[in-house]
Amino acid sequence: MYFPISDTTINPIYLIGLGFVIGILGGFFGVGGSFLAGPALFVAGLPMNFAVGTDLLHIVGKSIVAARKHRVMGNIDMKLAFIMVLGTIAGSEAGVQGIEALKKIARVDLVVGSVAIVILTGMSIFVFLESWQALKLKASTKPIAKQTSQEKDRRAFKFMSKWTQSFNLAPNVELEHSGIKSISMWAILLVSFIGGVCSGFLGGGAGYIRMPFMVYLLGIPTHIAIGTDLFEVVVSASYGSFRHAMNGNVDVLIALIMQTGAAVGAQIGAVLTQFFNGPWIRMAFAPLPLIGALMVVYGLLTGHHLK
Amino acid sequence: MKDFNWKTFACEMVVYAVLVFTYFWFVLHYFASSLEDMFHHNRKLFAVTSLLLMIGQTVGLEIVSTFLFKLFPWKKK
Repeated sequence: MYFPISDTTINPIYLIGLGFVIGILGGFFGVGGSFLAGPALFVAGLPMNFAVGTDLLHIVGKSIVAARKHRVMGNIDMKLAFIMVLGTIAGSEAGVQGIEALKKIARVDLVVGSVAIVILTGMSIFVFLESWQALKLKASTKPIAKQTSQEKDRRAFKFMSKWTQSFNLAPNVELEHSGIKSISMWAILLVSFIGGVCSGFLGGGAGYIRMPFMVYLLGIPTHIAIGTDLFEVVVSASYGSFRHAMNGNVDVLIALIMQTGAAVGAQIGAVLTQFFNGPWIRMAFAPLPLIGALMVVYGLLTGHHLK
Repeated sequence: MKDFNWKTFACEMVVYAVLVFTYFWFVLHYFASSLEDMFHHNRKLFAVTSLLLMIGQTVGLEIVSTFLFKLFPWKKK
């Protein structure tokens, strides 16, 4: 099928299938999926600038579908989401500006790329080890209906979130939906800001960084972290795709075709989270940052950036 | 989840998928050339329209599919 805006010919079945797979991943893990969609569009023959912009626009649609589904299932902490959006936007802008500033220094790709590889690989190993340990922990003896969201979500290495929650700098907020009685708003803003900086540095929504940050650093239950992260992805991807469309980097027809598959996949992915507990979801999530690291390695070795 | 009904969910997905495909073909048939024209001559309008089309495809169609399900005998409990 010929797409006149980007002057490309791509099989629509490929786009629907790609959207479907990304949709399932997004609904299940709360990530945008740019680490897979961008390269897959590039491989299909779409120029890189269109691959990035078109991918972001399709992420908007898919994330709205998945976020709505998670909201119905009670997996979005709206108070947390609104606070985090502020930190994420500020962090993303800082990350982008930081990259622009670092471009003036020679070998910036190598420096940023190496740091990214270490962070992503480390995160992948950490998530795997933590979820492995968490699966060995005894589940609560209370009936499921009487368990709090914190009790349902078994977690090892709790000291990290306990430390963040003990950071007592006013104003403090209560995240009732996430089962957190008091946490400094600055801690939430700081964590979301760091996530945003990583997003600005590494490209895409960087949900594969923000979701574990929410679980391990803030102590948010896994299911709520997934839903809340999707809400953030909607906001950041809308902003990003608007900017890309203004710059002529979006083929809306390709995005709409991908969305036909993604809309169905995202609902299936969101529903599937009901059948897995937190540690299993985190265990399945562990390879995702590693994929991001491999893409950075590919970019460094070939000079082609896949995001 | 004991109260989860796969049959209802599968029906929802089929209805939703049909609506999404119909929406896309409608856009492709009537708006493809207008979108291309906007892309070359009015980027701001193109950016706003692109976002609205995407949001329309997701939010609008979900509202329509939910409405349709209220009319069906296998509606959600």
